Amino acid sequence: MALSTDDIKKIAHLARIEVSDDEAQATLAKLTGIMGLIEQMQAVDTQGIAPMSHSQDVVQRLRDDVVNKTNQREAFQQIAPVLGNGSAERAVDHGLYLVPKVIE
Amino acid sequence: MINQSLATLSQMLAEKQVSSVELTQTFLDRIDTLNPDINAYIALDQDKTLAQAQAADARIAAGNALPLTGIPIAQKDIFCAKGWQTTCGSKMLENFIAPYDAHVISQFDAVGAVNLGKTNMDEFAMGSSNETSYFGGVKNPWDLTRVPGGSSGGSAAAVAARLCAAATGTDTGGSIRQPASLCGFTGLKPTYGVVSRYGMIAFASSLDQAGPMAKSAEDCALMMNVMAGFDERDSTSLNRKKEDYSRYLNQPVSGLPLAGLKIGLPKEYFAEGLDAAVAKVVMDAVAEYKKLGAEVIEISLPNTGLSIPVYYVLAPAEASSNLSRYDGVRYGHRADQYADLMEMYCKSRAEGFGAEVKRRILIGTYVLSAGYYDAYYLKAQQIRRLIAQDFVEAFKRCDVIVGPAAPSTAFKAGEKVDDPVAMYLQDIYTISTNLAGLPGMSVPAGFAQANDGVPLPVGLQIIGNYFDEARMLNVAHQYQRVTDWHTRMPDLTAIEGVA
Amino acid sequence: MEWEVVIGLETHAQLQTNTKIFSGASTAFGAEPNTQACEVSIALPGVLPVLNKEAVHCAIKFGLAVNAEIAPRSVFARKNYFYPDLPKGYQISQYELPVVGKGAVTIQVPAAGKNPAYEKVVNITRAHLEEDAGKSVHGAVEGMSGIDLNRAGTPLLEIVTEPDMRSAAEAVAYAKKLHELVQWIGICDGNMQEGSFRCDVNVSVRPKGSDKLGTRREIKNLNSFRFMQQAIEYETRWQIETLEDGGTIHQATVLFNPDTGETRAMRSKEEANDYRYFPDPDLLPLEITEADKAQVKLLMPELPSAMKARFEAEYGLTNYDAATLTASRALADYFVATVNAGAEAKPAANWTMGAISAKLNAEEKSLADSPVTAVQLASLLKRIADNTISNNAAKQVFEAMWNGEGEVDAIIEAKGLKQVSDTGAIEAIIDEVLAANQAMVEEFKAGKEKAFNALVGQAMKASKGKANPAQVNEILKTKLGA
Repeated sequence: MALSTDDIKKIAHLARIEVSDDEAQATLAKLTGIMGLIEQMQAVDTQGIAPMSHSQDVVQRLRDDVVNKTNQREAFQQIAPVLGNGSAERAVDHGLYLVPKVIE
Repeated sequence: MINQSLATLSQMLAEKQVSSVELTQTFLDRIDTLNPDINAYIALDQDKTLAQAQAADARIAAGNALPLTGIPIAQKDIFCAKGWQTTCGSKMLENFIAPYDAHVISQFDAVGAVNLGKTNMDEFAMGSSNETSYFGGVKNPWDLTRVPGGSSGGSAAAVAARLCAAATGTDTGGSIRQPASLCGFTGLKPTYGVVSRYGMIAFASSLDQAGPMAKSAEDCALMMNVMAGFDERDSTSLNRKKEDYSRYLNQPVSGLPLAGLKIGLPKEYFAEGLDAAVAKVVMDAVAEYKKLGAEVIEISLPNTGLSIPVYYVLAPAEASSNLSRYDGVRYGHRADQYADLMEMYCKSRAEGFGAEVKRRILIGTYVLSAGYYDAYYLKAQQIRRLIAQDFVEAFKRCDVIVGPAAPSTAFKAGEKVDDPVAMYLQDIYTISTNLAGLPGMSVPAGFAQANDGVPLPVGLQIIGNYFDEARMLNVAHQYQRVTDWHTRMPDLTAIEGVA
Repeated sequence: MEWEVVIGLETHAQLQTNTKIFSGASTAFGAEPNTQACEVSIALPGVLPVLNKEAVHCAIKFGLAVNAEIAPRSVFARKNYFYPDLPKGYQISQYELPVVGKGAVTIQVPAAGKNPAYEKVVNITRAHLEEDAGKSVHGAVEGMSGIDLNRAGTPLLEIVTEPDMRSAAEAVAYAKKLHELVQWIGICDGNMQEGSFRCDVNVSVRPKGSDKLGTRREIKNLNSFRFMQQAIEYETRWQIETLEDGGTIHQATVLFNPDTGETRAMRSKEEANDYRYFPDPDLLPLEITEADKAQVKLLMPELPSAMKARFEAEYGLTNYDAATLTASRALADYFVATVNAGAEAKPAANWTMGAISAKLNAEEKSLADSPVTAVQLASLLKRIADNTISNNAAKQVFEAMWNGEGEVDAIIEAKGLKQVSDTGAIEAIIDEVLAANQAMVEEFKAGKEKAFNALVGQAMKASKGKANPAQVNEILKTKLGA
């Protein structure tokens, strides 16, 4: 399937990565090459073959329902990003992480 | 001293011929001299490092030393280490000081090893040349105009240039073995699930596995004894009995040391695409194995060629999801200027990630998106099973599989940077073991001359069956007993002299 | 044209575990922001999920309670989307292989107007385990939202129905039934204000008789049954009006505004989502064996359906009474306690469903806060049964007990409500009444049956309501030679 720059922009939006028109153009060329490589798979008959998600045939281990984490808010919020838009403060306030207003 | 094995260094420490602080300082001084040219380390913290060395000396004095107590180890910058800058080679995490320790880091801390620093790597482990690092490329110590391979390029260069006693790496598609081949040392990617992934920054969760990068198989075994082990915080960590990876190495042998060993040579690993000079080195090593008593047979791994397309669906798919957490909300890079939430996301991620990482996120997003899942992701998982079954069949006929670790020797910096597909083919011989979850290693097997006449290291790959690391290490060790390729060091006097 | 509304529900029940579904952080409600957000909850680089055993047990309990298939092997998948309260950029959920498969619950839809009450089976499509997101707090800083990740990773069971409901009343009856069931089996505290039990309602309309589903709109996050009723009614009207005006319905996510009683489409969800589900490589397949199920079964209380059947058989209750009593664990327990304290089953059922429920409703109290305990109700019912007081007097005693005026016998005494059953005393009263009402006696004798009742009334009045009515009837009949 041939990709277009519109596809690139759509995918980039899904992935929340800003791309300029020029970048989309450059990316298109490279992704087309990579997708060409990937298309080799289509020649293989995989009818009836179970997909393999894990290399070992093991099942999920279950954890006992016991609290073993303590409050580390201070340590974790020391590495919060800088707010930006003119502020050099960390993007936290009263223990909350700050983001631009979420509209519902 | 810098060229000694871990066992020897451990003995020297035990016998007080040298203190851990002295040993550590020796490496730190050497890093000081050589790192500006090689760029193997991203983060160094002398105070932290020396404090650990002092603690190790106290431990040795108290008689509580373990084999790696006081030994300076370089840690790939993919492992979270509390209080250390942990960047994963990315601008996204340039200012990220990890608030917790990865399992691998705590394992080394627990035995009193010394963290020498965090090594450079391809951004988020995506690359085969270390050129995607935000912190600049790493130079191959054998020829500074060439790449060390990747993604564990910093650890590779550090081991090769003797900027550490040993190092850790991670391998998703060859990121330990290909640089080990290109830089001429011993690297092991264990069976998936043997080393905990907790605190190891995820690239492709179902393929990522940490392992040792060291001067010899013997050293790798000692490293494995520390790194391997069950961790309840990683659901994919396998709950197996603790094993001694050195157990076969020094057993007395009567007759030929590898008598009875069946080595399989996959014909697909010697087909078109393999550099002739590399092939010759590999075949010379195979001849050496025959002398050691091994029987060599030809085998087939018919789906080898498909491993690259399969990998470039599965790894980017998992990565696209794994890297969604870098959104500029709780840590990591946030754009300086943004109008709203959408812009904050899109700009932070566009600025924080480099070109190769973005490409892989886009591929992964695409192959998982509505309407394409079955044709790409599901199909790749099905072929993944075919690839794994190739190995099951092969191991019915042989004990280990041997071949090249990489199709060529180290290439020039910049040579493949604009051609992702050519770069991806670097991992043609290593990727299928990750897909199957098998252990694989690269062992120095000699040198091949590049076009410009520079002799460059070549690695021999040894692939074992699940959980067969101890045997593989012995297969490598027996070879290293009769060859000296693994003791060769690059000549760095030119830059050493400058300092 | 006559329209039919088609409704399906997706309910998120927070599971009553101590810790989060994939980490050992506490799930306690109401902590300071982000103090229960561990490294896994905030998705630091390198962290990994490990599944909570108790969350799995909760899912098994639910599966057993709705008679569903419990998958021997289910798979966790990642649902990928960006939102500030979703720290990993994906939610760990289940997609193709959920832990609980097809099941069913029977609901009782109450009578409304001239329509009688009825029972209906609502089919459960599936129920799956997933993690909750955090919360966005607005208004703390101008123009910004604050993110609290304490709730992120709290285990949820998402319970999905078939589009089986045909009215707001049915949807509410189902939601109430489910709400009770999850509390009954102890997997969810049911606290709707705190968001422990949240319903999303899919509503579509179609011409009556059509078997094609209309385009649905999903009403998100309804946190009370009253709002659910209002929201569905409004949404149904809106959809019908839109179609009748020649408009079309577009698939959308809508929010209900309790102040206006209206629904409106959410702005943030306008763009089409592409969640890119795939199996989470950090988690392995969840295996549930027959032995696991048997072990959980031992921990299960008697289920409402089994209890209902038992109430009918053991206590001779009607289907309706048994269903009503077992609609709530608390109600059923109260009834059983009343019977165990010596009351007869039928009056115990009537009073529990009648007087007690009415009072609790009026005062918005729960059974746990009832001023009249089951033991007290039983002693009251015993006094009716042994003819100490009449039914009418019992109502006064009940009022007094409710108001904390003391125990049954003391109240009967204090209010002088004891029934007169002394034949001599009743005869004397009747003689007086007959003497004073000769006209009525004549009418009765002339064949007017009604006059008899009037005379009974006069006799009861003369006894200030204390005479045993049965005895009054009997003696009067004898005296009138009837």
